[in-house]
Amino acid sequence: MSVVTKPEPPPAAPHDTTHLGHLLHIRRGMGVAEAFRVAFEGLMANKMRSFLTMLGIIIGVSAVIVMVSLGQGVAKATKESIARLGTNMINVRPNSQSVRGVSMGVGSLQTLKLEDAETVLKACPAVKAVSPVVRSNGQVKYRNANTVAGIYGTGPDYFQIRNLPIAKGHGFTDDDVRRKAKVAVIGHNIAETLFSRSDPINKYMKINGQNFKVVGVVQKRGDSGFRSPDDEVTIPVTTAMQRVFGQDYLDSLTIQAVSEERMLEAQDQILAALRKAHRLRPDEESDVRVMNQADITESANQQTTFLTMLLAGIAFVSLIVGGIGIMNIMLVSVTERTREIGIRKAIGAKRRDIRYQFLIESITLSLVGGLIGIGLGVGVSLWMALPADRGGLGFPMLLSTPPIVVAFAFSALVGTFFGMYPAVKASALDPIEALRYE
Amino acid sequence: MSTTPIIRIEHLTKTYTMGTTHVHALRGISLEIQPGEMVAIMGPSGSGKSTLMNIIGCLDRPTDGSYWLEGLDVAQMDDDRLAEVRNARMGFVFQQFNLLPRTSALRQVELPMLYSGEDNKEARARAALAAVGLEDRGSHKPAEMSGGQQQRVAIARALVNDPAIIMADEPTGALDTRTGQEVLAIFQRLNREGKTILMVTHEYDVGQHCKRVVRFKDGHIIADEPVENPLDALEELARLPRYRDEDEEDEL
Repeated sequence: MSVVTKPEPPPAAPHDTTHLGHLLHIRRGMGVAEAFRVAFEGLMANKMRSFLTMLGIIIGVSAVIVMVSLGQGVAKATKESIARLGTNMINVRPNSQSVRGVSMGVGSLQTLKLEDAETVLKACPAVKAVSPVVRSNGQVKYRNANTVAGIYGTGPDYFQIRNLPIAKGHGFTDDDVRRKAKVAVIGHNIAETLFSRSDPINKYMKINGQNFKVVGVVQKRGDSGFRSPDDEVTIPVTTAMQRVFGQDYLDSLTIQAVSEERMLEAQDQILAALRKAHRLRPDEESDVRVMNQADITESANQQTTFLTMLLAGIAFVSLIVGGIGIMNIMLVSVTERTREIGIRKAIGAKRRDIRYQFLIESITLSLVGGLIGIGLGVGVSLWMALPADRGGLGFPMLLSTPPIVVAFAFSALVGTFFGMYPAVKASALDPIEALRYE
Repeated sequence: MSTTPIIRIEHLTKTYTMGTTHVHALRGISLEIQPGEMVAIMGPSGSGKSTLMNIIGCLDRPTDGSYWLEGLDVAQMDDDRLAEVRNARMGFVFQQFNLLPRTSALRQVELPMLYSGEDNKEARARAALAAVGLEDRGSHKPAEMSGGQQQRVAIARALVNDPAIIMADEPTGALDTRTGQEVLAIFQRLNREGKTILMVTHEYDVGQHCKRVVRFKDGHIIADEPVENPLDALEELARLPRYRDEDEEDEL
């Protein structure tokens, strides 16, 4: 509409203008503490709904904490069990086979043979001991008790290379390997599961249905990492290959260097010796991979980092879903409280006052939800870390501050982000329309 | 008297556009109200009286024309300035009370001060409640109070920031005769104490409690005249049969 002739303002009495004009300039909005108090009262007025709205954030935050604790716990346990292998240990594995450019995974080649163990020991001066390894899972049984164990076929030096002292009985000998004897050395947990309190030495247990005489028990390691020696059964490599698994190739060679200083030298010698034994042309890619402890740690780190990221990613998605829940309820709340918004505007609330009020409500929802989520997440993590015999799950959990802080900060961010739209919508309401709303 | 009018309106128009049709709610209104007046705005629904009240109350802006409140041109102020004016200079009382649910009387009355950032909110809110005879109801929520009490809380809320004008939209419309008279008695007392009061009503009797009646029809003022002998609500209360409503027991 165009402006028509506007009459001049009447001469205003000075005391009147100053009165109103003065009032208009000294005014401020409400303080932060006041705003949080108002928001908190609003949320307490509808406890059930507020709790259900927070549930998304509670689950999200606790999921982030539990998942990251689990991921980091697994990473730490893995790192520790690798560290126990000893610093002068070298592992040789078949390389991955590529079929028309597609990798078939580590160990898919079957070129590592029993003779290679002998070859390496003879050809490499920097190598102190070699143990061939075949590995698979198998069922072990004694009378009524049975369990699934990692079955290792190895040489007699295996226990010394991997630093596994025999607690009871003895290891097996070169003679056992030559005769393909059915003897077994078992881990601490296996002994407890199968034989409970009785002495397992010289008893006969069944591995995949065949009778084996238990000759030794390995000292308890007590670590919770996967592939713990406590859960392993070790038998002569020849027995394993020919009588149990029926395979003519090795899964790996476990090698001990003469000293830590000569590790790299030993690695080079092993690679050269095996290339020669396998008659590879100089331009051909090696069919084995030689890894020292640092390499193994590195590749394990990559895997556990990926695992942690994956778990945390899923948990963060649930936090975002929780945020959408907050937005949903805040939108409903804005509609329900249209009249309240009208009243507040009529008595002097500015747009930003209303925006502030609703934004603080959604931030309060997410902050309170975040705090409860921290409690729940820490509680669940502690419970999962408890050993199974004390009612927990015995998971390797590593609880640390960063994921708690990050999850909490992210939940506050989610509350702010998803609270913004409903708050802006509320503040934009026309006071007259809002007051008329039934 | 050479006082500055508290409200001065000249050639005020308001046109609503709905699609292609234009609704002329106000067709050039001029009106002056002096400090200390108590004015009834009357007229059938759709006559433009609510539109004028919304503009005077700084809830809405005119399409054209001028509006000076206490000598300040508020017709073209932005939303935030209008909110400040409403907060500092206007007190609203509505037909349906418009209290916040689940909020105690004391908190209701503190609300305007929340937006003006006052100190000693509670003391001032208690004083305002005492002014309407509800000093002992501070902790009561609307659901725990009678209609008359709720309306008195609303009046206390309108009073608390010491406004220039109290705008009352059908303040007795939802009340029975007796509590309606009680509320009118409060308005008359506030007026005697110097408050300017604007009251929209369609009840002739209510209008007769004011000092001046402005009548609307079709967006025009058709009559603007003083009331010869305004009724005194307190005297009428005394004449009403002395019945006691179950929860409307407190005396003024």
